[in-house]
Amino acid sequence: MSLLSLSGVTASYGPTQVLFGVDLTLREGEVLALMGRNGMGKTTTVRVITRLLAHRDGEVRFAGADLAGKPPYRAAQMGLGLVPEGRRCFRGLTVGENLLVAARPGEWDMARVTALLPRLGERFGQDAASLSGGEQQMLAIGRALMTNPRLLILDEATEGLAPVLRQEIWTAIAGLRQETRLAILVIDKTLDELRRIADNAVILERGRTVWSGAFSGLTPELTDRYLGV
Amino acid sequence: MIAERWLNAALYLALLAVPLAAWALDEPFVITLATKIAILAIAGVGLNLALGLGGLVSLGHAAFFGIGGYAMGILASHAQSYTPLMQSPFLIEGTKSMPVIWLVAIVVSAAAALVIGALSLRTTGVYFIMVTLAFGQMLFFFAISWPAYGGEDGLSIYVRNGFPGLNTLDPIQFFAIAFVILSLVLILVSRLSRSAFGLALDGARQNVARAETVGINPFRVRLVAFTISGAITGLAGALFADLNRFVSPSMFSWQTSGEIMIFVILGGVARLYGPLAGAMLFILLEHFLGGISEFWHIYLGLVLLGVVLFARGGLIGTLSRAAAPHD
Repeated sequence: MSLLSLSGVTASYGPTQVLFGVDLTLREGEVLALMGRNGMGKTTTVRVITRLLAHRDGEVRFAGADLAGKPPYRAAQMGLGLVPEGRRCFRGLTVGENLLVAARPGEWDMARVTALLPRLGERFGQDAASLSGGEQQMLAIGRALMTNPRLLILDEATEGLAPVLRQEIWTAIAGLRQETRLAILVIDKTLDELRRIADNAVILERGRTVWSGAFSGLTPELTDRYLGV
Repeated sequence: MIAERWLNAALYLALLAVPLAAWALDEPFVITLATKIAILAIAGVGLNLALGLGGLVSLGHAAFFGIGGYAMGILASHAQSYTPLMQSPFLIEGTKSMPVIWLVAIVVSAAAALVIGALSLRTTGVYFIMVTLAFGQMLFFFAISWPAYGGEDGLSIYVRNGFPGLNTLDPIQFFAIAFVILSLVLILVSRLSRSAFGLALDGARQNVARAETVGINPFRVRLVAFTISGAITGLAGALFADLNRFVSPSMFSWQTSGEIMIFVILGGVARLYGPLAGAMLFILLEHFLGGISEFWHIYLGLVLLGVVLFARGGLIGTLSRAAAPHD
């Protein structure tokens, strides 16, 4: 049974339509890569899934429930954990407080999150705004895990980071993949890293799903056609 | 620069030491000034929970201050005239017991804040300011047109309400009551601001969408904060009415809301002891400049302008140089 499904989803920013028919399905425990060039609707799709943007047509279902009309906090409470683009932490709060603010009952607690992301443990009492970009990104991942999600959505989690930090984050994501059955929807441009963790992939082109299937089925022709610059 | 916690401690101890010294020197007027500072600081701490931590710019907190004041005035006036407040369907009599009056003031102002908050928190920005202002003004005009409790002239209470074991007519003992309540309110707000609830409120102030994506319902946390804030301000109103033994519609006026906000801004928005520093400065300016000129508000305006333009952290922020989220 699918955990998340989008069928024929359309969405607009004001009068500008951005999504013209997105279809995707993600099962429990699956890692799905959402791919496409810049501006093809990946982040908008994430905003629709997390209810930060209401879709116009089509259907978005999560854990068997229709998400239409539900506010973002309700989607988060249902188990949608978002690591947003751009490392957005709560300024003025410490690392520990940033984690505490998101805490919901479940298997992910402070100890487990800081075990997965040791840098957060080292910086626990430090103001989140004073962290480096990579550390803030780890904090965003930790904060999403503290909500005890059924589905973790990583939107460009390693974008703009130094290679060492990027590697550290991918190792943490791979660790998540191995240790838990947490479903993950990941958006990223690094094919090699996605290949390590993703089971399936969906490619968007101009706001439409143009290809979906097993990640191993991504041929060089497909990547050249839909992901090349 | 002074660490903020030392500055807070100095302010707190000064508020305690000055009336004690005045008591030793037999200067009851100074004790009354200190009591007024403590009570107004309580109102400011209440507003600061909504304004500083929650980012809710309420220009209607006088509504709760007035409700607290009228809770005291109505209950005490019925007690002094030996007439019941209500006879049917059940009997409610007046009271001169401070704890009972405080409880009523807290419950009624919290209920009013819950209703006003539930309606006004559906708006944001300037609309929120206007809706809260409108509620305050509605209650102001209601009090003016309520002849049973003095209407425009207000209501005088000829006795000081009682507290078990204390002589509340003794200025230093009444100060002790206000000081202890201020201390308890400071502890409560300090605990709240670092609790999961306070962090959620801060998060919702910083970025609603970000807060929602971690499962925080911004409306709910803001409504709870607004209700607690209103209850604290209502308690301050009851104490203020007891200090003056008088309540009037002016407690509901937008000028009162503005003055409570001025305490917060002068002392430092989102700083726990900011309202205490602001209330101290306000009362000192009122006392000293008011003695020189009846237009002392002009100087207050200049001070406020200076703080807003050059000292965004208020007195506490400027002296401690510690950054706060609102600076």
